[in-house]
Amino acid sequence: MDISNYLYLSVILFTIGALGVLIRRNAIVIFMCIELMLNASNLALVTFSRIHGNLDGQVASFFTMVVAACEVVVGLAIIVTIYRSRRSASVDDASLLKN
Amino acid sequence: MRTSSHLVYLIALPLFSSALLLLLGRIADKWGHLLATLVSASTFGIGVSEFVAMHSHTGANRAATQKLFEWISVGNLKVDASLLLDQLSICFVLLITGVGTLIHIYSIAYMDHDKDRRRFFAYLNFFIAAMLLLVLGDSYLNLYVGWEGVGLASYLLIGFWNQNPVYAVAAKKAFVANRVGDLGLSLAIMISFAQFGTVSFTGVKAGAPHASPAALTAIGAMLLLAAAGKSAQFPLQSWLGDAMAGPTPVSALIHAATMVTAGVYLITRSNFIFDASSTARILVVSVGVITLLFGAIVGTAKDDIKKALAASTMSQIGYMILATGLGPVGYAFAIMHLLTHGFFKAGMFLGAGSVMHGMDDEVNMRKYGGLAKLMPITAVTFGLGYLAILGVPPFAGFYSKDKIIETAFNQGGGKGIILGGAALLGAMITAFYMTRVVVLTFAGARRWKDGSHPHESSVLMWGPMVILALGSVASGFLLSMGSSLVNWLQPVVNASNATGGKELMKPLVVSLLALAVVILGAGYAIVKYRTVPEIAPEQVSVFTKAARKDLYQDVFNNAVLVKPGTILTAGLVATDHNVIDGAVRFVGWVISEVSDVLRKIQNGYVRSYALTMLVGVFIGAVILWVVTA
Repeated sequence: MDISNYLYLSVILFTIGALGVLIRRNAIVIFMCIELMLNASNLALVTFSRIHGNLDGQVASFFTMVVAACEVVVGLAIIVTIYRSRRSASVDDASLLKN
Repeated sequence: MRTSSHLVYLIALPLFSSALLLLLGRIADKWGHLLATLVSASTFGIGVSEFVAMHSHTGANRAATQKLFEWISVGNLKVDASLLLDQLSICFVLLITGVGTLIHIYSIAYMDHDKDRRRFFAYLNFFIAAMLLLVLGDSYLNLYVGWEGVGLASYLLIGFWNQNPVYAVAAKKAFVANRVGDLGLSLAIMISFAQFGTVSFTGVKAGAPHASPAALTAIGAMLLLAAAGKSAQFPLQSWLGDAMAGPTPVSALIHAATMVTAGVYLITRSNFIFDASSTARILVVSVGVITLLFGAIVGTAKDDIKKALAASTMSQIGYMILATGLGPVGYAFAIMHLLTHGFFKAGMFLGAGSVMHGMDDEVNMRKYGGLAKLMPITAVTFGLGYLAILGVPPFAGFYSKDKIIETAFNQGGGKGIILGGAALLGAMITAFYMTRVVVLTFAGARRWKDGSHPHESSVLMWGPMVILALGSVASGFLLSMGSSLVNWLQPVVNASNATGGKELMKPLVVSLLALAVVILGAGYAIVKYRTVPEIAPEQVSVFTKAARKDLYQDVFNNAVLVKPGTILTAGLVATDHNVIDGAVRFVGWVISEVSDVLRKIQNGYVRSYALTMLVGVFIGAVILWVVTA
């Protein structure tokens, strides 16, 4: 199987994630789309690692996972707090910084 | 040259007293005038003792110096704050402190009813300090400090009653006209530093013979400009008439006897410059002759007694400036006329003040008349001053003015005849307008209303007048007896180098000629002013109209200097508003408009921020791709 298919899959996943971030209003869904983008980039990194025959890409994807884990901790905490105070997880409602 | 440690007190005492009176404020109201007068008298005392000390020395040791401190030391420019008392300075020191003290005494009575009398005396003392610094400074820079100081004192005192806007404007006018002259002095100082590397009198004197003629002429012309500003000479003369807004003692001290003669001092002090540049000398005599006729003509048409005397001052200083331009032989006569003029003109101004005091501050001579009977002392002292300014023998002016006329004639050739003739003509007009003043004020029928009660002033006022009148009688004789003043000033002005022009006329002939024209002028005035209309006639010749308007000097200044200046500043203001402020405002407008557009990006929606970010990253990626590919 052609190895570039992994890259196509990665691009498709990233695009779905990005569109999800831009289009959806629910913070949880946006959050999951971000995770999708991160994982898409992880897939690309691992593929590049394979193509170049070294471990750099795999090491980078480990870093991404660590960052993603941290992000989950902070991001979910924020979302839960917003939901508690506003009874809604819509990001459009949380626009108080505008003015 | 010996050193003296007392010179500084001449300046420090009045300066300290002035500061004290100004700082203490109302507390000093009760005794401020007494302190100021005492201080002024003690400077006169120091002056006299220095004069006596000078007599006990001979030769170069007559002059004394005192170094106060090192003032400026930058690169090649080294200026000490030091004082120089020589044969020329002492004449001025005695005149300033002597006449100054008399006028202090006079002012005690004259300013009695003024609630700001203490401030007046503080300014007077400040003037004495500045004027003494002017004549005692041993370099042009030290002189410049005093020069500016007297300008400030003059401004403060002309505008002493500045609650009257006209007086405040007069003060401003005097200050501005003086500033033009000051510019000349500062330029002269800069040129002499560039040329000689020093600004001290001795340094410049030593360098003058080796300097280029062009530089000497430039320095001379700039010094003349300075003198014209301070001494109200053509073309900067217009301020002196308005300066009569100040209290009369100020007019007597500053605008008759001392400050306005600073220009004569400056030129005499710089004799080494003018001796070396004949072009500068020609400029000096031209300015002198023009002003002596100008002032005299203006004086014939003034109804305000003080303005008539001011025009006369202008004209008499014209004589002095003329004398300084006549070469080494003229300096001593200029100083002699300056000293005698200090006596008789100050005396006449005090007389005018006494008349005004008795007439409820009325200055229009057409409303006087027949005051001699009611103010006998004022009339007699004024009369003695009058005889002195006319040059009637044996009064003071006879010795000083005739000498100037004689020296002018002795220039020889057409120049001598023109200068001498102009000086004689000036003497005739002087006789006319001074007789007019005396006739209008003291003789004839009374023209004042029943409301005013003319009376003789108190002894504090007529005492100084009597002393000054005695000076107007005797000073000329004393100063010229055995050529005493000429010999005394010899070391300073180098009169021995004078190439004695061939004698065009015998002194006796000149004196008789002068006397004849004086009698002519005075006689014409007596005949003309037998009856005086109370309101100045309107149907007069074009010359009288011109003289009433100060020969259109203000009109000329307004048209040539003030108008273009106003237009220029208006243009600059418009440029400032439209171009400079406009540019700033345009930048602000652009930023504000752009911000209005950009503000819409910040709508508070996370998703739109995310889109912006994505677009940004995409554009960045494309650029990166284009650049690397």
